[in-house]
Amino acid sequence: MRCDGTAAPRTPAGIGVNASIALILVQDGVTNGAIYALLSLALVLVFAVTRVIFIPQGEFVAYGALSMAAVTAGFLPPTMWLVVTLGIAVALVDSVAALREGAAARLPMIILKNAVLPVLALLAVRYLPLKTLAYPLQIAVALLFVVPLGPQIYRLAFQPVAEATVLLLLIVSVAVHFVLLGLGLYFFGAEGGRTPAFTDGGFNLGASYIQFQTLWIVGIAAVLIAGLALFFEHSIYGKALRATAINRTGARLMGISADLAGKLCFTLAALVGAFSGILIAPITTIYYDTGFLIGLKGFVGAIVGGLASYPLAAAGAILVGLLESYSSFYASAYKEVIVFTLIIPVLLWRSLTTHQVDDEEH
Amino acid sequence: MKPLILETQDLCVAYGRVEAIHKVSIRIREGEIVTVIGPNGAGKTTLLSALMGLLPARGDIRYQGQLSSGSTAVDKLVGKGLVLVPEKRELFGSMSVADNLLLGAFARHRRGLRDHAKTMDEVFAIFPRLAERRTQEAGTLSGGERQMLAMGRALMAKPTLLMLDEPSLGLAPLIVREIFRIVQQLKAMGVSILLVEQNARAALQVADYGYVLENGSVALENDARSLLDDPRVIESYLGLGGSHSIAA
Repeated sequence: MRCDGTAAPRTPAGIGVNASIALILVQDGVTNGAIYALLSLALVLVFAVTRVIFIPQGEFVAYGALSMAAVTAGFLPPTMWLVVTLGIAVALVDSVAALREGAAARLPMIILKNAVLPVLALLAVRYLPLKTLAYPLQIAVALLFVVPLGPQIYRLAFQPVAEATVLLLLIVSVAVHFVLLGLGLYFFGAEGGRTPAFTDGGFNLGASYIQFQTLWIVGIAAVLIAGLALFFEHSIYGKALRATAINRTGARLMGISADLAGKLCFTLAALVGAFSGILIAPITTIYYDTGFLIGLKGFVGAIVGGLASYPLAAAGAILVGLLESYSSFYASAYKEVIVFTLIIPVLLWRSLTTHQVDDEEH
Repeated sequence: MKPLILETQDLCVAYGRVEAIHKVSIRIREGEIVTVIGPNGAGKTTLLSALMGLLPARGDIRYQGQLSSGSTAVDKLVGKGLVLVPEKRELFGSMSVADNLLLGAFARHRRGLRDHAKTMDEVFAIFPRLAERRTQEAGTLSGGERQMLAMGRALMAKPTLLMLDEPSLGLAPLIVREIFRIVQQLKAMGVSILLVEQNARAALQVADYGYVLENGSVALENDARSLLDDPRVIESYLGLGGSHSIAA
């Protein structure tokens, strides 16, 4: 019944769903659905702006959860070495590009921002008493060494081929997924990680018991979604990302560089992914390869929204969560099959109802 | 003589092995309207794309005295006040008129210049129609309004050199007159303008200097007034007879 795919208790034959079981299933479905919704929004954003189908989204969930597990156990997140290494690589690549443009004056800033800053952050965090740190600070430390991977990966893997076809970008995306998966095993090992709940315990609501962590997940997911909506509706950077998704040429001509837009939305996607991982780590054990399946379910939600509509994607993701919890109750062996089969009628429905609309008549 | 704002020297642009622009040298001085006229397919849009850094080009492009050949990114040029209003307008269709305008100021915002509210009032003063439609989606505007929005959005970047690609294309005659009146008004406000047009007469009437582009090369150049009286231009572009080429 959980995100990680552990089987739910087998249904005793012949027993129907009574109200309390239904309530538990709904609670479970909505909790997971909230996480899928977050991921589906990030997937829609990344695709709309960069045309990348962001398969490694799930790895960010796992990295976030496992880094948090490391921090709460008093260790530095092992991904920090990756952040430092990629930072140096980005500094090198950007420096070469700047030299080619004859803009040597930008070199100090490039090196400072990409290579020196991560090292400084690493040194600063090294002397923190991680284990006894306040919980929000522990979250901040975990995010600090996962989220920068987003823009770094964009710079190194996607920016050089930004103008390529969707298919090529997808293949790069799959490659990045496998690399991160392998690195995840190297960094975190094969054992899973779990973190303490934000708040222990829960309360009884009628016949069912609700964990506080469930409320945290749904609540924070709602706040994050609202925050993203505010960002896209009211900030100039959010509007610039929307503009890039609507009309790339128009956005370029306004000085909104594709590189900037790409880095910005990969940062958001990494943040959303890592935060999702931190949210679910207290209720389920996360392994280095758990993220992929979670990300795929977010992807099913995103497909419901046609990789374009945010509200539909979020609704689709909640539907995926509910379908998952109900099918794990009724037919737990087929739960993943049922969830992923949802994609077929959705695609059929979309291809029958969607017609090509041009944003602009020429 | 006023200082040069943009100058190209033997500019060549090729799509694969086909050369669309061949050794084009043009100059635009501060505060001038310079027009490039010529038939369909002469390479006018290609020229603007190359100047904007959208297409790789050989030869020199000097903008404000600085060489910007090929490798300079579009956003850097926009940041320096070189702004293009493309033929296809390229508006953000599902966003409001006000948001389209705001994004015109994106490059300035990035450089820390937060004066977009004031600039937007200035744009509304030039295009009162846009003020009326500020909350409407750009995609729902009429053709003339779209062109006004595209120009207004470009003005939000406070351009030093504004490049207009076929601003009159597909518009009703009355609107075309309005657009050209605004072009002159912009000149009076100190904006230098590179105007690419098929409507040769209207373009030459507002311009200070003109180039005739044919088959990717400059066939003729002169003061706009002299071009209007030039029998070759009259026969090919201004007369009723239509478009024979000058070079042929």
